[in-house]
Amino acid sequence: MTLDVTAIRKDFPILERKVHGKPLVYLDNAATSQKPRQVIDALVRYYENTNANIHRAVHTLGEEATAEYEGAREKVRRFINAPTTESVIFTRNTTEAINLVAYSWGRANIREGDEILLTQMEHHSNLVPWQQLAKEKGATVRYVPVTEQGTLELDGLENLFDARTKMMALPHVSNSLGTINPVEKIATEARKRGVMLLIDGAQGAPHLPVDVQAIGADFYAFSAHKMLGPTGVGVLYGRKELLEEMEQFLGGGEMIRKVTFEGATWNDLPWKFEAGTPNIADVIAFGAAIDYLEVLGMDNVRQHEAEITAYALDRMATIPDIILYGPPDVEQRGGVVSFNFSDLHPHDIGTVLDQYGVAIRSGHHCTQPLWRTLGVSGSARASFYIYNTPEEVDKLVNAVVAACDYFLKR
Amino acid sequence: MTQEEFRRQEAELDDLYRDIIIDHYRHPRRRGHLDSPSAAHEGLNPLCGDEVTVEVKVAGDRLADIAYTGSGCSISQSSASMMTEAVEGKSLEETRRLINDFTAMMRGSDDIDPDALGDLEALSGVRRFPVRIKCATLAWHTLDEALNDAAAG
Repeated sequence: MTLDVTAIRKDFPILERKVHGKPLVYLDNAATSQKPRQVIDALVRYYENTNANIHRAVHTLGEEATAEYEGAREKVRRFINAPTTESVIFTRNTTEAINLVAYSWGRANIREGDEILLTQMEHHSNLVPWQQLAKEKGATVRYVPVTEQGTLELDGLENLFDARTKMMALPHVSNSLGTINPVEKIATEARKRGVMLLIDGAQGAPHLPVDVQAIGADFYAFSAHKMLGPTGVGVLYGRKELLEEMEQFLGGGEMIRKVTFEGATWNDLPWKFEAGTPNIADVIAFGAAIDYLEVLGMDNVRQHEAEITAYALDRMATIPDIILYGPPDVEQRGGVVSFNFSDLHPHDIGTVLDQYGVAIRSGHHCTQPLWRTLGVSGSARASFYIYNTPEEVDKLVNAVVAACDYFLKR
Repeated sequence: MTQEEFRRQEAELDDLYRDIIIDHYRHPRRRGHLDSPSAAHEGLNPLCGDEVTVEVKVAGDRLADIAYTGSGCSISQSSASMMTEAVEGKSLEETRRLINDFTAMMRGSDDIDPDALGDLEALSGVRRFPVRIKCATLAWHTLDEALNDAAAG
Protein backbone atom coordinates (compact mmCIF):
# COMPACT_ATOMS: atom_id res chain seq x y z
CA MET A 1 0.00 0.00 0.00
CA THR A 2 1.20 3.49 -0.82
CA LEU A 3 0.15 5.00 2.51
CA ASP A 4 0.97 3.70 5.97
CA VAL A 5 -2.69 3.14 6.75
CA THR A 6 -2.03 1.49 10.11
CA ALA A 7 -0.30 4.64 11.33
CA ILE A 8 -2.94 6.90 9.77
CA ARG A 9 -5.79 5.03 11.46
CA LYS A 10 -4.27 5.69 14.89
CA ASP A 11 -4.79 9.42 14.26
CA PHE A 12 -8.56 9.02 13.89
CA PRO A 13 -10.24 8.49 17.29
CA ILE A 14 -13.62 7.67 15.74
CA LEU A 15 -12.20 4.61 14.00
CA GLU A 16 -11.92 3.02 17.46
CA ARG A 17 -15.64 2.98 17.97
CA LYS A 18 -18.05 0.17 17.42
CA VAL A 19 -21.43 0.20 15.71
CA HIS A 20 -23.92 -2.53 16.68
CA GLY A 21 -21.01 -4.25 18.41
CA LYS A 22 -18.81 -4.32 15.27
CA PRO A 23 -15.80 -2.16 14.45
CA LEU A 24 -16.91 0.83 12.42
CA VAL A 25 -16.19 0.47 8.70
CA TYR A 26 -16.66 4.02 7.49
CA LEU A 27 -17.29 4.13 3.75
CA ASP A 28 -19.30 7.33 3.43
CA ASN A 29 -16.38 9.65 2.79
CA ALA A 30 -17.94 11.35 -0.20
CA ALA A 31 -20.56 12.69 2.24
CA THR A 32 -18.02 13.77 4.85
CA SER A 33 -14.63 12.52 5.97
CA GLN A 34 -13.61 11.67 9.52
CA LYS A 35 -11.26 14.01 11.42
CA PRO A 36 -7.77 13.25 12.70
CA ARG A 37 -6.70 14.06 16.26
CA GLN A 38 -4.58 16.93 14.86
CA VAL A 39 -7.68 18.73 13.54
CA ILE A 40 -9.71 18.12 16.70
CA ASP A 41 -6.76 19.38 18.78
CA ALA A 42 -6.47 22.51 16.65
CA LEU A 43 -10.10 23.34 17.44
CA VAL A 44 -9.63 22.77 21.16
CA ARG A 45 -6.34 24.67 21.21
CA TYR A 46 -7.93 27.65 19.48
CA TYR A 47 -10.85 27.84 21.91
CA GLU A 48 -8.65 27.25 24.96
CA ASN A 49 -5.84 29.63 24.06
CA THR A 50 -6.57 32.03 21.26
CA ASN A 51 -10.31 32.67 20.90
CA ALA A 52 -10.95 36.28 19.80
CA ASN A 53 -12.56 38.07 16.91
CA ILE A 54 -10.26 38.80 14.00
CA HIS A 55 -9.12 41.83 11.99
CA ARG A 56 -10.23 44.46 14.51
CA ALA A 57 -8.91 44.02 18.02
CA VAL A 58 -5.50 45.42 18.97
CA HIS A 59 -5.07 42.97 21.83
CA THR A 60 -2.82 39.93 21.72
CA LEU A 61 -5.55 37.32 21.32
CA GLY A 62 -7.07 39.25 18.41
CA GLU A 63 -3.71 39.46 16.70
CA GLU A 64 -2.98 35.76 17.21
CA ALA A 65 -6.40 34.72 15.97
CA THR A 66 -6.05 36.93 12.90
CA ALA A 67 -2.60 35.53 12.14
CA GLU A 68 -3.85 31.94 12.43
CA TYR A 69 -6.95 32.62 10.32
CA GLU A 70 -4.96 34.33 7.58
CA GLY A 71 -2.30 31.63 7.96
CA ALA A 72 -4.92 29.04 7.07
CA ARG A 73 -5.77 31.06 3.97
CA GLU A 74 -2.13 30.91 2.91
CA LYS A 75 -2.15 27.12 3.46
CA VAL A 76 -5.20 26.82 1.20
CA ARG A 77 -3.53 29.04 -1.41
CA ARG A 78 -0.47 26.79 -1.45
CA PHE A 79 -2.57 23.61 -1.46
CA ILE A 80 -4.37 24.56 -4.68
CA ASN A 81 -1.48 26.67 -6.06
CA ALA A 82 -3.51 29.86 -6.34
CA PRO A 83 -1.35 32.83 -7.36
CA THR A 84 -2.44 34.98 -4.41
CA THR A 85 -4.44 34.74 -1.18
CA GLU A 86 -6.69 37.48 -2.59
CA SER A 87 -8.18 34.71 -4.73
CA VAL A 88 -9.05 32.49 -1.76
CA ILE A 89 -12.43 33.25 -0.18
CA PHE A 90 -13.78 31.37 2.82
CA THR A 91 -17.46 30.43 2.64
CA ARG A 92 -19.67 28.05 4.61
CA ASN A 93 -19.35 25.22 2.10
CA THR A 94 -19.12 24.41 -1.61
CA THR A 95 -22.80 25.25 -2.04
CA GLU A 96 -22.32 28.77 -0.73
CA ALA A 97 -19.23 29.25 -2.91
CA ILE A 98 -21.21 28.31 -6.02
CA ASN A 99 -24.13 30.50 -4.98
CA LEU A 100 -21.70 33.38 -4.50
CA VAL A 101 -20.60 33.10 -8.14
CA ALA A 102 -24.16 32.61 -9.44
CA TYR A 103 -25.27 35.64 -7.48
CA SER A 104 -22.39 38.08 -7.90
CA TRP A 105 -20.97 37.13 -11.29
CA GLY A 106 -24.08 35.55 -12.77
CA ARG A 107 -26.52 38.32 -12.06
CA ALA A 108 -24.23 40.92 -13.61
CA ASN A 109 -23.22 38.90 -16.67
CA ILE A 110 -25.93 36.43 -17.69
CA ARG A 111 -28.55 37.97 -19.96
CA GLU A 112 -31.70 36.89 -21.75
CA GLY A 113 -30.96 34.28 -24.40
CA ASP A 114 -27.59 33.28 -22.91
CA GLU A 115 -26.85 29.62 -22.27
CA ILE A 116 -25.46 28.09 -19.10
CA LEU A 117 -23.86 24.70 -19.75
CA LEU A 118 -23.94 22.03 -17.04
CA THR A 119 -23.67 18.24 -17.09
CA GLN A 120 -26.13 15.44 -16.35
CA MET A 121 -23.96 14.38 -13.39
CA GLU A 122 -24.37 17.65 -11.49
CA HIS A 123 -24.83 17.67 -7.73
CA HIS A 124 -27.93 19.70 -6.83
CA SER A 125 -25.65 22.39 -5.41
CA ASN A 126 -24.17 23.01 -8.85
CA LEU A 127 -27.55 22.80 -10.55
CA VAL A 128 -30.20 24.65 -8.56
CA PRO A 129 -28.31 28.01 -8.34
CA TRP A 130 -27.89 28.04 -12.15
CA GLN A 131 -31.50 27.04 -12.79
CA GLN A 132 -32.61 29.89 -10.53
CA LEU A 133 -30.32 32.33 -12.33
CA ALA A 134 -31.47 31.18 -15.78
CA LYS A 135 -35.11 31.54 -14.77
CA GLU A 136 -34.54 35.03 -13.41
CA LYS A 137 -32.64 36.19 -16.49
CA GLY A 138 -34.50 34.35 -19.24
CA ALA A 139 -31.38 32.29 -20.01
CA THR A 140 -31.35 28.58 -20.87
CA VAL A 141 -29.59 25.63 -19.24
CA ARG A 142 -28.17 22.78 -21.32
CA TYR A 143 -26.71 19.54 -19.96
CA VAL A 144 -23.79 17.56 -21.37
CA PRO A 145 -25.05 13.93 -21.48
CA VAL A 146 -23.50 11.09 -19.52
CA THR A 147 -22.52 7.91 -21.39
CA GLU A 148 -23.39 4.40 -20.23
CA GLN A 149 -19.85 4.16 -18.86
CA GLY A 150 -20.58 7.15 -16.65
CA THR A 151 -18.30 9.58 -18.48
CA LEU A 152 -19.28 12.85 -20.12
CA GLU A 153 -20.14 12.70 -23.80
CA LEU A 154 -17.39 15.03 -24.94
CA ASP A 155 -16.36 13.76 -28.37
CA GLY A 156 -15.72 16.83 -30.40
CA LEU A 157 -14.79 19.17 -27.57
CA GLU A 158 -14.84 22.02 -30.08
CA ASN A 159 -18.59 21.50 -30.42
CA LEU A 160 -19.15 21.60 -26.68
CA PHE A 161 -20.08 25.26 -26.62
CA ASP A 162 -22.36 27.14 -28.94
CA ALA A 163 -22.46 30.83 -29.68
CA ARG A 164 -24.81 31.52 -26.79
CA THR A 165 -22.83 29.65 -24.13
CA LYS A 166 -21.69 32.18 -21.56
CA MET A 167 -20.83 29.95 -18.63
CA MET A 168 -20.07 26.33 -17.87
CA ALA A 169 -20.10 24.62 -14.48
CA LEU A 170 -19.19 20.98 -13.89
CA PRO A 171 -17.86 18.67 -11.20
CA HIS A 172 -14.16 17.80 -11.07
CA VAL A 173 -15.18 14.35 -9.82
CA SER A 174 -18.75 12.99 -9.82
CA ASN A 175 -19.94 12.28 -6.28
CA SER A 176 -22.32 9.58 -7.56
CA LEU A 177 -20.29 7.81 -10.25
CA GLY A 178 -16.72 8.65 -9.26
CA THR A 179 -15.94 9.86 -12.78
CA ILE A 180 -12.92 12.18 -12.99
CA ASN A 181 -13.75 14.73 -15.66
CA PRO A 182 -11.09 16.11 -18.05
CA VAL A 183 -11.32 19.60 -16.58
CA GLU A 184 -8.01 20.83 -18.05
CA LYS A 185 -9.14 20.08 -21.61
CA ILE A 186 -12.52 21.66 -21.01
CA ALA A 187 -10.86 24.74 -19.48
CA THR A 188 -8.61 25.16 -22.52
CA GLU A 189 -11.62 25.06 -24.82
CA ALA A 190 -13.61 27.40 -22.56
CA ARG A 191 -10.80 29.96 -22.53
CA LYS A 192 -10.59 29.82 -26.35
CA ARG A 193 -14.30 30.52 -26.59
CA GLY A 194 -14.50 33.11 -23.84
CA VAL A 195 -16.76 30.89 -21.72
CA MET A 196 -16.59 31.36 -17.94
CA LEU A 197 -15.79 28.06 -16.16
CA LEU A 198 -16.63 27.02 -12.62
CA ILE A 199 -15.46 23.67 -11.29
CA ASP A 200 -17.27 22.04 -8.39
CA GLY A 201 -14.26 20.56 -6.62
CA ALA A 202 -16.10 19.12 -3.62
CA GLN A 203 -14.92 15.62 -4.64
CA GLY A 204 -11.75 16.89 -6.34
CA ALA A 205 -9.68 18.80 -3.81
CA PRO A 206 -9.96 16.12 -1.07
CA HIS A 207 -8.76 13.31 -3.33
CA LEU A 208 -6.56 14.61 -6.18
CA PRO A 209 -3.62 16.99 -6.46
CA VAL A 210 -5.28 20.25 -7.53
CA ASP A 211 -3.44 23.11 -9.23
CA VAL A 212 -6.02 25.73 -10.14
CA GLN A 213 -3.57 27.52 -12.44
CA ALA A 214 -2.67 24.35 -14.34
CA ILE A 215 -6.36 23.46 -14.67
CA GLY A 216 -7.08 26.98 -15.86
CA ALA A 217 -10.44 27.31 -14.12
CA ASP A 218 -11.99 30.71 -13.50
CA PHE A 219 -13.62 29.46 -10.29
CA TYR A 220 -12.98 26.35 -8.20
CA ALA A 221 -15.13 25.54 -5.15
CA PHE A 222 -14.67 22.94 -2.40
CA SER A 223 -15.46 22.08 1.24
CA ALA A 224 -13.20 21.52 4.25
CA HIS A 225 -15.31 18.79 5.84
CA LYS A 226 -14.76 16.32 3.00
CA MET A 227 -10.97 16.63 3.43
CA LEU A 228 -10.41 15.97 7.16
CA GLY A 229 -11.48 19.49 8.18
CA PRO A 230 -14.48 20.64 10.21
CA THR A 231 -17.94 21.30 8.82
CA GLY A 232 -18.90 24.90 8.14
CA VAL A 233 -15.95 25.93 5.96
CA GLY A 234 -15.89 26.10 2.19
CA VAL A 235 -13.48 27.72 -0.23
CA LEU A 236 -14.08 29.67 -3.38
CA TYR A 237 -11.03 30.18 -5.55
CA GLY A 238 -11.62 32.82 -8.22
CA ARG A 239 -9.34 34.59 -10.69
CA LYS A 240 -8.42 37.88 -9.05
CA GLU A 241 -9.49 40.07 -12.00
CA LEU A 242 -12.94 38.49 -11.93
CA LEU A 243 -13.35 38.81 -8.19
CA GLU A 244 -12.29 42.44 -8.33
CA GLU A 245 -14.97 43.27 -10.87
CA MET A 246 -17.70 41.38 -9.05
CA GLU A 247 -20.18 43.04 -6.76
CA GLN A 248 -20.25 41.87 -3.15
CA PHE A 249 -22.37 38.87 -2.14
CA LEU A 250 -23.52 39.39 1.45
CA GLY A 251 -23.46 42.81 3.13
CA GLY A 252 -22.40 43.58 6.68
CA GLY A 253 -19.33 43.95 8.84
CA GLU A 254 -15.86 42.93 7.67
CA MET A 255 -16.67 43.35 3.96
CA ILE A 256 -16.85 47.17 4.05
CA ARG A 257 -14.24 49.89 3.72
CA LYS A 258 -16.36 52.85 4.74
CA VAL A 259 -19.99 53.10 5.75
CA THR A 260 -22.07 56.28 5.95
CA PHE A 261 -25.81 56.77 6.31
CA GLU A 262 -25.87 57.28 2.55
CA GLY A 263 -24.05 54.08 1.55
CA ALA A 264 -20.88 52.01 1.73
CA THR A 265 -17.73 51.08 -0.16
CA TRP A 266 -16.22 47.62 -0.17
CA ASN A 267 -13.18 46.14 1.47
CA ASP A 268 -10.30 44.65 -0.53
CA LEU A 269 -10.18 41.04 -1.67
CA PRO A 270 -10.75 38.53 -0.25
CA TRP A 271 -12.58 40.17 2.67
CA LYS A 272 -15.04 41.88 0.31
CA PHE A 273 -16.75 38.49 0.11
CA GLU A 274 -16.51 37.56 3.79
CA ALA A 275 -19.28 39.52 5.51
CA GLY A 276 -19.67 39.19 9.26
CA THR A 277 -17.56 37.26 11.74
CA PRO A 278 -16.31 34.24 9.82
CA ASN A 279 -15.98 30.67 11.06
CA ILE A 280 -12.60 31.42 12.65
CA ALA A 281 -12.06 28.25 14.68
CA ASP A 282 -13.04 25.90 11.88
CA VAL A 283 -10.94 27.74 9.30
CA ILE A 284 -7.92 27.42 11.59
CA ALA A 285 -8.61 23.72 12.13
CA PHE A 286 -8.98 23.34 8.37
CA GLY A 287 -5.40 24.60 8.18
CA ALA A 288 -4.41 21.63 10.35
CA ALA A 289 -6.27 19.31 7.95
CA ILE A 290 -4.29 20.69 5.02
CA ASP A 291 -1.06 20.21 6.96
CA TYR A 292 -2.05 16.58 7.50
CA LEU A 293 -2.79 15.98 3.81
CA GLU A 294 0.42 17.71 2.73
CA VAL A 295 2.51 15.46 4.94
CA LEU A 296 0.90 12.44 3.25
CA GLY A 297 1.23 14.04 -0.19
CA MET A 298 -1.77 14.35 -2.48
CA ASP A 299 -0.16 12.13 -5.12
CA ASN A 300 0.01 9.38 -2.50
CA VAL A 301 -3.56 10.04 -1.37
CA ARG A 302 -4.70 9.64 -4.97
CA GLN A 303 -2.59 6.50 -5.44
CA HIS A 304 -3.99 4.91 -2.28
CA GLU A 305 -7.56 5.61 -3.36
CA ALA A 306 -6.92 4.22 -6.84
CA GLU A 307 -5.56 1.00 -5.26
CA ILE A 308 -8.51 0.61 -2.89
CA THR A 309 -11.02 1.42 -5.63
CA ALA A 310 -9.46 -1.06 -8.06
CA TYR A 311 -9.61 -3.73 -5.35
CA ALA A 312 -13.21 -2.86 -4.49
CA LEU A 313 -14.32 -2.95 -8.14
CA ASP A 314 -12.69 -6.37 -8.58
CA ARG A 315 -14.22 -7.82 -5.44
CA MET A 316 -17.66 -6.33 -5.92
CA ALA A 317 -17.89 -7.52 -9.51
CA THR A 318 -17.93 -11.08 -8.08
CA ILE A 319 -21.22 -10.47 -6.22
CA PRO A 320 -24.04 -12.13 -8.20
CA ASP A 321 -26.50 -9.77 -9.92
CA ILE A 322 -24.73 -6.60 -8.79
CA ILE A 323 -25.03 -3.54 -11.03
CA LEU A 324 -21.96 -1.29 -10.83
CA TYR A 325 -21.93 2.30 -12.08
CA GLY A 326 -19.18 4.57 -13.32
CA PRO A 327 -16.03 4.08 -15.40
CA PRO A 328 -14.39 0.66 -14.89
CA ASP A 329 -10.93 2.18 -15.45
CA VAL A 330 -9.59 3.57 -12.14
CA GLU A 331 -7.48 6.07 -14.08
CA GLN A 332 -10.74 7.84 -14.82
CA ARG A 333 -12.29 7.29 -11.44
CA GLY A 334 -12.09 8.58 -7.88
CA GLY A 335 -12.77 6.50 -4.77
CA VAL A 336 -16.52 6.11 -5.26
CA VAL A 337 -18.35 2.85 -6.02
CA SER A 338 -22.09 3.10 -6.63
CA PHE A 339 -24.05 -0.12 -6.97
CA ASN A 340 -27.55 -1.55 -7.13
CA PHE A 341 -29.48 -4.78 -7.30
CA SER A 342 -32.60 -4.98 -9.42
CA ASP A 343 -34.80 -6.31 -6.61
CA LEU A 344 -33.18 -4.73 -3.55
CA HIS A 345 -33.61 -1.08 -2.63
CA PRO A 346 -30.48 0.90 -1.60
CA HIS A 347 -32.06 1.81 1.76
CA ASP A 348 -32.66 -1.79 2.62
CA ILE A 349 -29.04 -2.58 1.72
CA GLY A 350 -27.89 0.36 3.84
CA THR A 351 -29.88 -0.75 6.88
CA VAL A 352 -28.52 -4.30 6.74
CA LEU A 353 -24.94 -3.06 6.22
CA ASP A 354 -25.28 -0.80 9.25
CA GLN A 355 -26.04 -3.88 11.34
CA TYR A 356 -22.60 -5.10 10.33
CA GLY A 357 -20.97 -1.79 11.28
CA VAL A 358 -20.53 -0.81 7.62
CA ALA A 359 -21.54 2.79 6.91
CA ILE A 360 -22.41 3.49 3.29
CA ARG A 361 -24.75 6.01 1.69
CA SER A 362 -27.99 5.02 0.03
CA GLY A 363 -30.28 7.23 -2.00
CA HIS A 364 -29.88 9.77 -4.76
CA HIS A 365 -26.72 11.45 -3.37
CA CYS A 366 -28.16 14.86 -4.39
CA THR A 367 -28.00 13.94 -8.09
CA GLN A 368 -31.64 13.09 -8.76
CA PRO A 369 -31.64 14.00 -12.49
CA LEU A 370 -28.57 11.80 -13.10
CA TRP A 371 -30.22 8.73 -11.58
CA ARG A 372 -33.43 9.40 -13.50
CA THR A 373 -31.32 9.44 -16.68
CA LEU A 374 -29.88 6.07 -15.67
CA GLY A 375 -33.41 4.73 -15.08
CA VAL A 376 -33.25 4.28 -11.30
CA SER A 377 -34.02 6.48 -8.31
CA GLY A 378 -30.63 6.14 -6.65
CA SER A 379 -27.95 3.72 -5.57
CA ALA A 380 -25.98 2.33 -2.68
CA ARG A 381 -22.60 4.04 -2.56
CA ALA A 382 -19.32 3.16 -0.88
CA SER A 383 -16.67 5.88 -0.93
CA PHE A 384 -13.10 5.62 0.31
CA TYR A 385 -10.43 7.78 1.91
CA ILE A 386 -6.92 7.63 3.29
CA TYR A 387 -7.76 5.38 6.27
CA ASN A 388 -9.67 2.66 4.42
CA THR A 389 -8.11 -0.76 3.99
CA PRO A 390 -8.59 -3.78 1.71
CA GLU A 391 -9.86 -5.67 4.79
CA GLU A 392 -12.65 -3.11 5.07
CA VAL A 393 -13.51 -3.68 1.42
CA ASP A 394 -13.77 -7.39 2.27
CA LYS A 395 -16.14 -6.56 5.13
CA LEU A 396 -18.22 -4.45 2.75
CA VAL A 397 -18.42 -7.29 0.23
CA ASN A 398 -19.33 -9.84 2.93
CA ALA A 399 -22.03 -7.55 4.32
CA VAL A 400 -23.51 -6.93 0.85
CA VAL A 401 -23.61 -10.67 0.22
CA ALA A 402 -25.24 -11.16 3.64
CA ALA A 403 -27.86 -8.52 2.75
CA CYS A 404 -28.65 -10.29 -0.51
CA ASP A 405 -28.90 -13.65 1.26
CA TYR A 406 -31.11 -12.18 3.98
CA PHE A 407 -33.69 -10.84 1.53
CA LEU A 408 -33.43 -13.86 -0.74
CA LYS A 409 -34.48 -16.23 2.00
CA ARG A 410 -37.28 -13.95 3.24
CA MET B 1 -18.59 -13.09 13.78
CA THR B 2 -19.77 -15.83 16.12
CA GLN B 3 -22.95 -17.79 15.43
CA GLU B 4 -24.61 -16.10 18.38
CA GLU B 5 -23.75 -12.62 17.13
CA PHE B 6 -25.01 -13.54 13.70
CA ARG B 7 -28.34 -14.72 15.10
CA ARG B 8 -28.72 -11.56 17.18
CA GLN B 9 -28.06 -9.52 14.06
CA GLU B 10 -30.70 -11.33 12.10
CA ALA B 11 -33.18 -11.09 14.97
CA GLU B 12 -32.83 -7.30 14.94
CA LEU B 13 -33.38 -7.23 11.20
CA ASP B 14 -36.33 -9.58 11.50
CA ASP B 15 -37.96 -7.10 13.86
CA LEU B 16 -37.71 -4.42 11.17
CA TYR B 17 -38.51 -6.63 8.20
CA ARG B 18 -41.45 -8.62 9.60
CA ASP B 19 -42.93 -11.27 7.35
CA ILE B 20 -46.04 -9.26 6.62
CA ILE B 21 -43.94 -6.28 5.48
CA ILE B 22 -41.92 -8.44 3.11
CA ASP B 23 -45.16 -10.02 1.87
CA HIS B 24 -46.72 -6.65 1.04
CA TYR B 25 -43.45 -5.51 -0.60
CA ARG B 26 -43.31 -8.60 -2.83
CA HIS B 27 -47.07 -8.76 -3.44
CA PRO B 28 -48.41 -5.20 -3.26
CA ARG B 29 -52.18 -4.75 -2.81
CA ARG B 30 -54.07 -2.05 -4.69
CA ARG B 31 -51.02 -0.94 -6.56
CA GLY B 32 -52.15 0.87 -9.71
CA HIS B 33 -54.59 3.55 -10.78
CA LEU B 34 -58.30 4.26 -10.19
CA ASP B 35 -60.62 4.92 -13.14
CA SER B 36 -61.91 8.28 -11.99
CA PRO B 37 -60.27 9.29 -8.73
CA SER B 38 -61.64 12.21 -6.70
CA ALA B 39 -58.05 13.23 -6.08
CA ALA B 40 -54.48 12.04 -6.56
CA HIS B 41 -51.59 13.32 -4.48
CA GLU B 42 -47.86 12.75 -4.95
CA GLY B 43 -45.76 12.40 -1.81
CA LEU B 44 -41.98 12.66 -1.87
CA ASN B 45 -39.36 11.93 0.70
CA PRO B 46 -36.72 14.42 -0.43
CA LEU B 47 -33.95 12.96 1.70
CA CYS B 48 -34.06 9.49 0.23
CA GLY B 49 -36.13 9.80 -2.93
CA ASP B 50 -39.06 7.57 -1.94
CA GLU B 51 -42.13 8.38 -4.02
CA VAL B 52 -45.76 7.45 -3.42
CA THR B 53 -48.80 8.72 -5.29
CA VAL B 54 -52.11 7.99 -3.58
CA GLU B 55 -55.38 8.07 -5.53
CA VAL B 56 -58.67 8.22 -3.65
CA LYS B 57 -62.29 7.95 -4.64
CA VAL B 58 -64.60 9.55 -2.12
CA ALA B 59 -68.33 8.75 -2.12
CA GLY B 60 -70.24 10.83 0.41
CA ASP B 61 -68.48 10.38 3.74
CA ARG B 62 -66.80 7.16 2.68
CA LEU B 63 -63.45 6.31 1.12
CA ALA B 64 -64.94 4.15 -1.61
CA ASP B 65 -61.70 3.19 -3.34
CA ILE B 66 -57.96 3.75 -3.04
CA ALA B 67 -54.86 2.86 -5.04
CA TYR B 68 -51.22 3.84 -5.04
CA THR B 69 -48.17 3.88 -7.28
CA GLY B 70 -44.60 4.69 -6.42
CA SER B 71 -41.07 3.54 -5.95
CA GLY B 72 -38.88 3.27 -2.93
CA CYS B 73 -37.60 0.97 -0.24
CA SER B 74 -39.46 -2.02 1.15
CA ILE B 75 -40.69 -0.04 4.16
CA SER B 76 -42.18 2.85 2.17
CA GLN B 77 -43.88 0.61 -0.40
CA SER B 78 -45.18 -2.03 1.98
CA SER B 79 -46.52 0.67 4.29
CA ALA B 80 -48.44 2.12 1.31
CA SER B 81 -49.80 -1.31 0.43
CA MET B 82 -50.82 -2.09 4.03
CA MET B 83 -52.43 1.32 4.31
CA THR B 84 -54.67 0.84 1.28
CA GLU B 85 -55.88 -2.42 2.73
CA ALA B 86 -56.53 -0.87 6.13
CA VAL B 87 -58.55 2.15 5.00
CA GLU B 88 -60.48 0.96 1.97
CA GLY B 89 -64.24 1.26 2.51
CA LYS B 90 -63.84 3.07 5.83
CA SER B 91 -65.61 6.33 6.61
CA LEU B 92 -63.54 9.47 6.11
CA GLU B 93 -63.65 10.06 9.85
CA GLU B 94 -62.33 6.57 10.58
CA THR B 95 -59.65 7.01 7.94
CA ARG B 96 -58.48 10.29 9.45
CA ARG B 97 -58.40 8.70 12.87
CA LEU B 98 -56.32 5.80 11.58
CA ILE B 99 -53.88 8.23 9.93
CA ASN B 100 -53.54 10.00 13.27
CA ASP B 101 -53.13 6.78 15.23
CA PHE B 102 -50.62 5.30 12.83
CA THR B 103 -48.43 8.40 12.66
CA ALA B 104 -48.67 8.75 16.45
CA MET B 105 -47.52 5.14 16.84
CA MET B 106 -44.57 5.85 14.56
CA ARG B 107 -43.69 8.92 16.63
CA GLY B 108 -43.59 6.62 19.64
CA SER B 109 -46.68 8.05 21.35
CA ASP B 110 -47.71 6.29 24.57
CA ASP B 111 -51.39 6.95 23.82
CA ILE B 112 -51.49 4.37 21.06
CA ASP B 113 -51.71 0.64 21.60
CA PRO B 114 -49.96 -0.78 18.51
CA ASP B 115 -51.83 -4.07 18.90
CA ALA B 116 -55.12 -2.22 18.34
CA LEU B 117 -53.91 -1.35 14.82
CA GLY B 118 -54.04 -4.91 13.52
CA ASP B 119 -51.50 -5.79 10.81
CA LEU B 120 -50.14 -2.25 10.94
CA GLU B 121 -48.52 -3.11 14.26
CA ALA B 122 -45.84 -4.88 12.21
CA LEU B 123 -44.49 -1.48 11.20
CA SER B 124 -43.84 -0.52 14.83
CA GLY B 125 -40.45 -2.27 14.54
CA VAL B 126 -39.38 0.56 12.24
CA ARG B 127 -39.32 2.90 15.26
CA ARG B 128 -36.01 1.43 16.33
CA PHE B 129 -34.51 2.66 13.05
CA PRO B 130 -35.20 6.42 13.32
CA VAL B 131 -34.08 7.35 9.80
CA ARG B 132 -36.54 4.88 8.35
CA ILE B 133 -39.64 6.24 10.15
CA LYS B 134 -40.21 8.76 7.34
CA CYS B 135 -40.30 5.84 4.89
CA ALA B 136 -43.14 4.26 6.86
CA THR B 137 -45.20 7.45 7.24
CA LEU B 138 -44.82 8.80 3.68
CA ALA B 139 -47.91 7.05 2.26
CA TRP B 140 -50.00 8.11 5.26
CA HIS B 141 -49.13 11.80 4.98
CA THR B 142 -49.80 11.54 1.25
CA LEU B 143 -53.23 9.99 1.88
CA ASP B 144 -53.99 12.83 4.29
CA GLU B 145 -53.12 15.35 1.55
CA ALA B 146 -55.14 13.43 -1.04
CA LEU B 147 -58.20 13.58 1.25
CA ASN B 148 -57.65 17.34 1.66
CA ASP B 149 -57.47 17.68 -2.13
CA ALA B 150 -60.69 15.67 -2.53
CA ALA B 151 -62.48 17.80 0.09
CA ALA B 152 -61.34 20.97 -1.66
CA GLY B 153 -62.77 19.55 -4.89
